[in-house]
Amino acid sequence: MKRKWFKIIEKGIESVLFTSSLTTSITVILIIIFLFSEGVGLFFSKPIEGDSIIGISKQNTVSKLSAEQLNYIFNQDVTNWKACGGKNDSILLLSINTIGDYFTEEELGSSFENIPTKINEFVQKNPGAIVSFSKTYMPKNFAGKLIEVNNVGVWEFLSGKLWYPTAQPVAQLGVLPLILGTILVSLVAILMALPLGIACAIYLAEVADSRVRSLFKPLIELLAGIPSVVYGFFGLIVIVPAVQKLFNLPVGETAFTGSVVLAIMALPTIITVAEDALRSVPRSTKEASLALGATHWQTIVRVCIPTAKSGIAAGIILGIGRAIGETMAVLMVTGNASVMPNSLFAPVRTIPATIAAELGEAPSGGLHYKALFALSIILFIITFGINLSVGYVKRKQNNN
Amino acid sequence: MASKKRIQQAIAFGLFRFVSLSVVGILFAILFFIMIRGIGVINWTFISAMPEDGMTAGGILPAIVGTLCLMLGSMLFAFPVGVMSAIYINEYMKDSKLKRFVSMMTDNLAGVPSIVFGLFGMALFVNKLGFGDSILAGSLTLGILSLPVIIRTTEEALKTVDDSLRIGSYALGATKLQTIRRVVFPIAFPNIMTGLILSMSRVSGETAPILFTCAAYFLPKLPTGWSDQVMALPYHLYVMTTSGTNMEAARPMAYGTAFVLIVIVLLFNLLANLLRRYFGKKVKMN
Repeated sequence: MKRKWFKIIEKGIESVLFTSSLTTSITVILIIIFLFSEGVGLFFSKPIEGDSIIGISKQNTVSKLSAEQLNYIFNQDVTNWKACGGKNDSILLLSINTIGDYFTEEELGSSFENIPTKINEFVQKNPGAIVSFSKTYMPKNFAGKLIEVNNVGVWEFLSGKLWYPTAQPVAQLGVLPLILGTILVSLVAILMALPLGIACAIYLAEVADSRVRSLFKPLIELLAGIPSVVYGFFGLIVIVPAVQKLFNLPVGETAFTGSVVLAIMALPTIITVAEDALRSVPRSTKEASLALGATHWQTIVRVCIPTAKSGIAAGIILGIGRAIGETMAVLMVTGNASVMPNSLFAPVRTIPATIAAELGEAPSGGLHYKALFALSIILFIITFGINLSVGYVKRKQNNN
Repeated sequence: MASKKRIQQAIAFGLFRFVSLSVVGILFAILFFIMIRGIGVINWTFISAMPEDGMTAGGILPAIVGTLCLMLGSMLFAFPVGVMSAIYINEYMKDSKLKRFVSMMTDNLAGVPSIVFGLFGMALFVNKLGFGDSILAGSLTLGILSLPVIIRTTEEALKTVDDSLRIGSYALGATKLQTIRRVVFPIAFPNIMTGLILSMSRVSGETAPILFTCAAYFLPKLPTGWSDQVMALPYHLYVMTTSGTNMEAARPMAYGTAFVLIVIVLLFNLLANLLRRYFGKKVKMN
């Protein structure tokens, strides 16, 4: 009887252990579900915050305007309908900000009750008019025609060059500058960190005597544990002014600065992983090479590195993954300008930095909020791909 | 010919030595730069007082307490779950598809950027489960983040236990669970603790996951329960250097905060190393 109870308890504990072993898998699946459930909604909504309505005159030949065109019109970068495929007619903008230019306060009424009639008047009088108001001010029988704004498209989202998620009346949700910024900063960082990291790893694994190694190894591991915000702080107070002075720039917060900080942060990871890979080369392989008369250096280049190359590659990919996902340090030193990166020495903005900087101000469930989650889906897919390839490379190494 | 090879080798090794020493030197120069500027700020008031005057005077007590709460809270969740998970993966699972899937997922979770954890924590704990911005939500987010590290180190620790000990225990009639509890776990325990300490030190420095789940910009009072918002050291440092009202005046406070953060990481690393060394000897003696 006692034995039976014992068995039941043991089975119970085993199932608890089993459940906890699934935690990470469940978490990954939950992360995917939540990112998608909050982010995919973006592609089913119009890039218009709130209840704004946009209308043009009936005489206008234009019937469709893209989000980007509307942005140019409302920023007055485009002032003629010809640029949007219409007649040669200058654009007259009427919105809550410009209505004072056309009508006096008395005309609009003490509580703006005359706005709807004035909008109709304006649209009928000016063939080049474009009006944008919230629903409450729009006239019930609008005298012009309404502009249909399409839902945010996936391709538009990925290839758009403008990221102004809070622009009025039409938000600009193009993430290309952010994606390119992320890739630029992390790629340059890895290019800087790679030769130094590999050189360090070779030195520690092959050249240095055991005393030096046993001193350096824990110290480098310690450096990997220093919080990213501390590196960011250091970058802000030392590297930013240094870059500004050295390259004679108007601001020191550039893509290059971010790369330097990221390279410093990636170094310990790359050194540790590459050193482990080099040290796992079997002693017999090395000795065979030495016995054939090769020098130590030849052995390292021709035998150790080729044997350990999968492990080294895994370290590099891991470093890239870290660099792409790094948030705080990059946020602090790259200047956060959401423009297309055209120079290494200009401010850029990365995907994680954008999320960290903007999510606090994005109202939950709104367009901006959804856009940031959609952005995080891109980030997640990139790093997920990187992780899978690390796993692939590692498995290849084990098979050899 | 032989001498040419030797010269080549000497040049290469000299270059490597130079590069390595300068890389390590530069990395440490960074650390010392912050430490030396920070240590002047440290005094009893700095550690025990509330921040004052827009974070330019006073101390960082609430941030220290907040970070300690988050470390404790995240480990209360992640340590038992992580250790149980690793025990099941290493002791019970056979080399099957499921095992490969689980370890792949653990690796993937380890590679997820910390800001994504922040978003996930906000979507699940803060909004869906309704915890609000709280220590609870922040701790769970940080706990999930440190799960892969704990699982991996525990797995490694369990792997170092020799199979002959397990077989010996079975031969004496012990069940699998008894073997794990009485034989495997005690031997692996020091290394498991090392993993725990190292992940605590990592949790202390994470900023992105707590941005939207629990961190308060300025909150000069100590938390009273799990549902309170808290200040945290890394977020405090970030705020002081990027968005304070008077960033120049807050600079010494920022150095001090960075110093405290680095000291926490140093202490925990030291503790982990000592533990490894101390228990390492003890286990061998048995």
